Amino acid sequence: MELLQKGAQAPSFTLRSTPDQNLSLEDFRGKNLVLCFYPADWSPVCGDELALFNEVLPMIRKYDAEFVAISVDGAWCHQAFKKDRKLRFPLLSDFEPKGEVSRKYGAYREKEGESARALFVLNGDGVIHWSYLSPVGINPGADGILAALESLPVEEAAS
Amino acid sequence: MIGEARLSVPIGPSDHVRGSANAPVELVEYGDFECPSCGRAYPIAKHVLEKMNGVLKFAFRNFPLTQQHPDAVNAARAAEAAGLQGRFWQMHDILFENQEYLDYESLLQYAVELRIDANRFARDFRSPKVERKVLADFESGVRSGVNGTPTFFINGIRYDGDWSYYSLLQVLQSVAAEANFV
Repeated sequence: MELLQKGAQAPSFTLRSTPDQNLSLEDFRGKNLVLCFYPADWSPVCGDELALFNEVLPMIRKYDAEFVAISVDGAWCHQAFKKDRKLRFPLLSDFEPKGEVSRKYGAYREKEGESARALFVLNGDGVIHWSYLSPVGINPGADGILAALESLPVEEAAS
Repeated sequence: MIGEARLSVPIGPSDHVRGSANAPVELVEYGDFECPSCGRAYPIAKHVLEKMNGVLKFAFRNFPLTQQHPDAVNAARAAEAAGLQGRFWQMHDILFENQEYLDYESLLQYAVELRIDANRFARDFRSPKVERKVLADFESGVRSGVNGTPTFFINGIRYDGDWSYYSLLQVLQSVAAEANFV
């Protein structure tokens, strides 16, 4: 399935954010949201990518936006990874049924059984404003996200 | 993004530049004084600059990854504070040569070794001006597609290739040759 593109309604989801808590897409209604799908906790490029987004978080929040990252790793794995890397945003587990949410966004690699390296910027109504599929071995950087947040029409921007 | 990442802010008066002002080739590094890879890149950039004397200019901008490297912001501020007394590059070199010792006491000690006004250094270190400079560097890096440290830009375009000495030298020399003959 192709990566979901601009204009599509983002598929709703409810995923574990910690071993005993869930987060839903609807929880972010009224705010802009950056969704970052990535292949795996602990792998080298993902670590660098999330470390970068961790630093860029204050710049993202200036656009009234939140940031969440999604992979197929389990909640306990996410918890250890998040603590080790001092990540300041939620890591969601697309763990059971495995990869179901990633698939709905067109951001799943069937053969590897992992999420693709993909970025989405959603407006406050949950409509996709920008999406980007990165080559799996390359850290995409954060310039695309910021440019997308900047280009959100004023009426779309969450008030 | 990929393949089209360009320097969003060209080299300007607020930059620290080594090498000749009119050089046809510009190398910009976004780096973190506490990052081990940047520590490996430090002597490489220095040797390349010596080798390409007159042809290359080199600018260093701060890109501290604060959550991974707790002393990185302080080290960046120390370099900028030394820069306000004309000693940016001397401090830059000391920091990369002493990456294991970037605690505040050590930074003050380096200022003393550089024989700059230590009281002014301590004041500038905490000043909004220096804080803004470090943040401005970081933000320009993010907007240019910096995706880790070190990230290099050659004549304004992100260089994603190998930056070991001979590879970097070869790439820069071929850019220099193009600049001269095209």
